[in-house]
Amino acid sequence: MTIVSYIFLIIGAMFFLLGGLGVLRMPDTFNRIQAGTKATTLGAFSIVIGVIFGSVENHLDWIPKLIIIIVFIAISSPIGSSTIAKATYRSKNIPDNLVQDDFKKRGENQ
Amino acid sequence: MMDWLDFIVLTLLGLGVLFTVIRFVLGPKLSDRVVALDTLNIIIIGLIVFLALVFESKLYLDIAIVYAVLAFLETVVFARYLEGKNNDNS
Amino acid sequence: MKYLITFITLLVVYLFLAGFVIEEVILGSFVSAVLTILLANRLNFKVDWHFPLKLIKFIFVYIPVFIWKLILANIDVARRVLSFKIPLNPGIVKVKTNLKGDLGKLTLANSITLTPGTLSIDVEDDCIYVHTIDVKKSSKDQNQKEISGPFEKILGGIFE
Repeated sequence: MTIVSYIFLIIGAMFFLLGGLGVLRMPDTFNRIQAGTKATTLGAFSIVIGVIFGSVENHLDWIPKLIIIIVFIAISSPIGSSTIAKATYRSKNIPDNLVQDDFKKRGENQ
Repeated sequence: MMDWLDFIVLTLLGLGVLFTVIRFVLGPKLSDRVVALDTLNIIIIGLIVFLALVFESKLYLDIAIVYAVLAFLETVVFARYLEGKNNDNS
Repeated sequence: MKYLITFITLLVVYLFLAGFVIEEVILGSFVSAVLTILLANRLNFKVDWHFPLKLIKFIFVYIPVFIWKLILANIDVARRVLSFKIPLNPGIVKVKTNLKGDLGKLTLANSITLTPGTLSIDVEDDCIYVHTIDVKKSSKDQNQKEISGPFEKILGGIFE
């Protein structure tokens, strides 16, 4: 059981590393949000699952709290990133490499 | 026996934190800094949950839940600030 | 009926946070009763008898697809990050959706954010604005089918 737990923990930590690297290397804000959100969400899932496997032997009472953490991260992380994306767009620093922009035409319909 | 595995996991997490902090310091725009902060928060939640397993203490899980709620609030508040800041100028 | 559902939800959340001990059950039911009396007038939701069925469908049909897509997305991100020159062709695309309820739209937007190469920016009446890494120039329908196709079918089966 400990082996399985450490496999999940190392995979999760590697996804965190990839998320950090993506935030560092991507060229503009929207792509940074994408890399950061996806990699860290799966990394957090994987680390919490690893801790569940590690604690199943002698800490059974941890599991409800870990499930609450998983559910909360799964709900709040995409909402937070899309809030940042909307605020970035509204604050008028749009990257100039977009090949198509449907969001700009949004105000004309109203 | 498992000490070196703990060490590997902590090293990988530390490198992730290091990259996001570099982006936080470099970030040319304010929005890049907010993105780096959001990523850093989730990495720190994972780190706290892992520390609960290392130190075998249940208190860290409570800290992780409270930190997750505060991180979400912080992200939303910074996004609001970012949104309102340029509406005045333009 | 509304009071009972509110009470049970609050009690379950309390017990998940505090642990399943008999003292906690007594204290938690007291706290939940007080909160129910205080809150129930301000909540307005309709009692839905199909909710357990929907929940079971949600867990066993939606979650596996979601996890699989999330793993695919991460492999995609890893490939892009680790390649020497990052392949990019970004753009913002408008995607129409047929889902009606707010909860369905929220779940669809969250799923779009966590699938490969897409990030939902804003939801307005029945369309979602999506930032994608790789825009297909050929036709609009192809973009739409690739972004929201698989989830829209599953969520339409669950929430409608």
